[in-house]
Amino acid sequence: MHTSEAQLARTIRRISGVDTKKCMKCGKCSGTCPSFAEMDTHPHRFVSMVEDGDIHALMQSNTLWKCLSCFACVERCPRGVEPARLVEAVRLLVIRGKGANHMTANDIPALLDEALPQQAIASALRKYSKA
Amino acid sequence: MLRMDKMKYSYYPGCTLKTKAKDLDQYARKSAQALGVEMEELPDWQCCGAVYPMAEDEIATRLSAVRALDSAGRQGQPLLTLCSACHHVVKRVNNDMQTNADIRLRVNNYLELDTPYTGQADVLHYLEMLRDHVGFGELKRRVKKPLTGRKIAAYYGCLLLRPSAVMQFDNPENPTVIEDFIRALGAQPVEYSYRNECCGGYIVLEDAGLAAKMCGNILASAREKGADTVLTACPLCMYNLNKNSGGQVEVRYFTELLAQALDVDHE
Amino acid sequence: MQKVGVFVCWCGSNIAATVDVAAVAEAVRSEPGVVYSIDYQYMCSEGGQSAIKNAIQEHGLTGVVVCSCSPRMHENTFRKAAAAAGLNPYMVEIANIREQCSWIHKDMEEATQKAIILARTAIAKLHLNSPLVAGESEVVKRALVIGGGIAGIQTAQDIADCGFEVDIVERSPTIGGKMAQLDKTFPTLDCAACILTPKMVDAAAHEHIGLYTYSEVEEVSGFVGNFAVKIRQKARSVRGELCSGCGVCSGKCPSKKTPSEFDQGLSNRSAIYIPFAQAIPNVPVIDRDACIKFKTGKCGLCAKVCSAGAIDYEQQDEIVERRYGAIVVATGFKPIALERYGEYGYAHSPDVVTSLEFERLCNAAGPTKGKLLRPSDHKKPKTIVFIQCVGSRSDDGCGKTYCSKICCMYTAKHAMLVKEKYPDTEVYVFYIDVRTPGKNFDEFQRRAVEQYDVHYIKGMVGKVAEQNGHLRVQASDLLADRQIVIDADMVVLATAIEPDPTARSLGTMLTASMDQNDFFTEAHPKLRPVESPTAGVFLSGVCQGPKDIPETVAQAGAAAAKAVALLCKSKLLGNPCVAGSDSMLCNGCSYCESVCPYGAIDYVYKDIIEHGKKELRRVARVNDAVCQGCGACTVTCPSGAMDLKGFTTVQIMAEVDAICR
Repeated sequence: MHTSEAQLARTIRRISGVDTKKCMKCGKCSGTCPSFAEMDTHPHRFVSMVEDGDIHALMQSNTLWKCLSCFACVERCPRGVEPARLVEAVRLLVIRGKGANHMTANDIPALLDEALPQQAIASALRKYSKA
Repeated sequence: MLRMDKMKYSYYPGCTLKTKAKDLDQYARKSAQALGVEMEELPDWQCCGAVYPMAEDEIATRLSAVRALDSAGRQGQPLLTLCSACHHVVKRVNNDMQTNADIRLRVNNYLELDTPYTGQADVLHYLEMLRDHVGFGELKRRVKKPLTGRKIAAYYGCLLLRPSAVMQFDNPENPTVIEDFIRALGAQPVEYSYRNECCGGYIVLEDAGLAAKMCGNILASAREKGADTVLTACPLCMYNLNKNSGGQVEVRYFTELLAQALDVDHE
Repeated sequence: MQKVGVFVCWCGSNIAATVDVAAVAEAVRSEPGVVYSIDYQYMCSEGGQSAIKNAIQEHGLTGVVVCSCSPRMHENTFRKAAAAAGLNPYMVEIANIREQCSWIHKDMEEATQKAIILARTAIAKLHLNSPLVAGESEVVKRALVIGGGIAGIQTAQDIADCGFEVDIVERSPTIGGKMAQLDKTFPTLDCAACILTPKMVDAAAHEHIGLYTYSEVEEVSGFVGNFAVKIRQKARSVRGELCSGCGVCSGKCPSKKTPSEFDQGLSNRSAIYIPFAQAIPNVPVIDRDACIKFKTGKCGLCAKVCSAGAIDYEQQDEIVERRYGAIVVATGFKPIALERYGEYGYAHSPDVVTSLEFERLCNAAGPTKGKLLRPSDHKKPKTIVFIQCVGSRSDDGCGKTYCSKICCMYTAKHAMLVKEKYPDTEVYVFYIDVRTPGKNFDEFQRRAVEQYDVHYIKGMVGKVAEQNGHLRVQASDLLADRQIVIDADMVVLATAIEPDPTARSLGTMLTASMDQNDFFTEAHPKLRPVESPTAGVFLSGVCQGPKDIPETVAQAGAAAAKAVALLCKSKLLGNPCVAGSDSMLCNGCSYCESVCPYGAIDYVYKDIIEHGKKELRRVARVNDAVCQGCGACTVTCPSGAMDLKGFTTVQIMAEVDAICR
């Protein structure tokens, strides 16, 4: 079943609550993102691609897993666009799909160490899976 | 500043404070006692989820926070938090319940509480309680063992401060509350540029290298300004910073130093 | 019975597309008193106006109803036409069937019915109109200019050159404003002081210009042509008429720790000081909050060393009361505070500066004598990063929503000045857009890129982190899709500008409207940019909206022209639609006086003869010249004594009856 780009774009707009038209293409989000170097689709491009409805491509990007949810982009964007909400919306679109978890409970034991707080596990599993 | 001998709060510890971050919790309780502040742990709480669910249609993931808020609200007491992440989640969910009619309706439909929860409770972080209810002046008076000579860097991280429109904790780019706290304890606060940059958070499980890079920047920045200790309010920040400190600075919970200064950190 | 003529306008298709104008004209033909009723394409045109005039004469009309656009557009036009044909201009009523009918409804039948009702209503009112005669008031042949920057100086000069008296009131100890703080001005790179100071001298020397420096407007009352203003001349503690401007006092003053406002806090000044060398008047001021003598009673050195004996510690503020025919506001601007922009590190590093501070650093009379040196260690900066749009174009609640207009140009100017003096410096400019809309402006900015090798990068800085005495600038380069980090020695923030903080209270004093950003609102954004909707108040310079010096000077001249047009008049015709109180009904309760926003009502004792008895009663009295006809008093009056000419109670009730028919 192939969901059209338009439908996906509508879903993103609805669940993120973001109005991408407010973006004035200033690039402050990308300027401030601490994960910029690790991402294949940078925050300013992410917003632009949502605006263009290029959702399938975004669903393949690694940005979804590299975003720290640190809200620096949200805080510093002069137009109140909230790029982090868009990344979260696309990420949810992916992990809500059947069998599409990025990380599962089975992956955790390998990553454990003595000091790892369960807060880390809880947050990672909340962000990366819908199990 | 109010001198309230019987300041009472509904305390929400969060999962990690009962296990890996016991220190953060126990020092907080001892200090609260010494300051005449009553922390009444909520009788029935669940893990808040550790991250705030940003999507408008995520309802189930908001419920545990609302249950905690409702419990506090019914006691007529503010909800007190210690962990930055819990504070972030609960405060933002509370804001949703106050301002987003759709979320409010759907959450209440799920929970079927006797009285719908509409954001009646206040969410307070321990540091806000110290600043606004106890007062740093009063705190200073009660310090028995001032941490003189210590050069302490406050690490705010991201979750306490941002997004500032909702968190309203302090100026998000130029905060002063933890530095004021450090001063009240008798130590010298060290300001550095990376005190409000993310430590990486949960990314440590996905890309440990990225977390290492970020903590590296933070700690280098603090050290460059002469800090010997870095204070944090979050168990995950504590973990990430400690993992990457290379033994060069001590990373401590703010409550541990508070208890030290109030001389209640023994037994 | 009136003889009424009704004219229903098509307004092209603005009305006719939604309202059946012929039907309206037909429907009202049978209204009582209507002897003539037509529809016409453009009533405001010459043809339309002639139709009114001809009809008045041919049919002996005693009243005219025009169904057209809002009276705010053409009420005056039709009143004039009526007057030209010999009919009292206040026997004209407008039914607004455009803004209040055709422009807001879609259904033709509905809209036409409504238009007919509106027309009937106007006819009903007209039957009760009286021929009103406008009162006259004098025009005081003197203008007040509030603000002594380039805008105020230019306006004052232009008014004075027409032969009228002008007073400039300036809050700081000298005229000159922000332009005096600048180094060079775009696009010519003229030295700001070189082009400004001759104007300042001329203003001071002009026979028709009076300067009130270190003064503020305290109170304004009155109305167009006749404003009464109280000016507070603050005590300088120096007698200007004795002072020779030698400067020995400031040299000797032991209190030298006050940050200099003129140098934007980058240097200190003494307690007794002249803001800058070419200050006019060249008379110092004692800052009593910094002065040791005023704080502790000890010192008094300046008085001892002053050979002219000009120091006067006992000097008090003086209130001067003057009358003016016109007031021009020229209060200027200031850069915004940067507390909400901590990501740029302004609070943490002295080497992060605002553009105005940078201007002072470049200026030969500035804190570093024109050498570009880092404020932290006085070393030459090797890499400078300019950040545009700090606080502008932002609707996240931290900054201003508007574009501050001057920053793209002055940043290009700064970049070129740096490269001209120190060609080895690396200069980066981070921009969102480059806005260069003036004459020779784009060519100016291109020179920075093509001739001076300034690196213009489309992107924004996320954070400036102070590290090891350097500034780590992390930014995006959108065209390359890269995040770049620059190790800079200095960062200059193109800070948004906002109106001077005194503007809001001044706006209240003048009852002049302002927008949400505290800029004074113009009467019409396109056609009346230098007049406030408040009669007699004019706007000059940035107080009306961000603009550069060429525009400011142009607007200053325009404001002067408007002010002169007013001052030229021998008398002003007032608005006859003013309130009036029937002394027989007035019970002296004072409610009307307390609700009048213009202070137009007072109470007097009058002999009233009623039922053969004479009584001394306290009754309301309206000053026709001040009354603006707002009607607040008429609705407040509990006894119905107060009524508004041209909008009397019976007229309003007749309109309501007509609607309800």
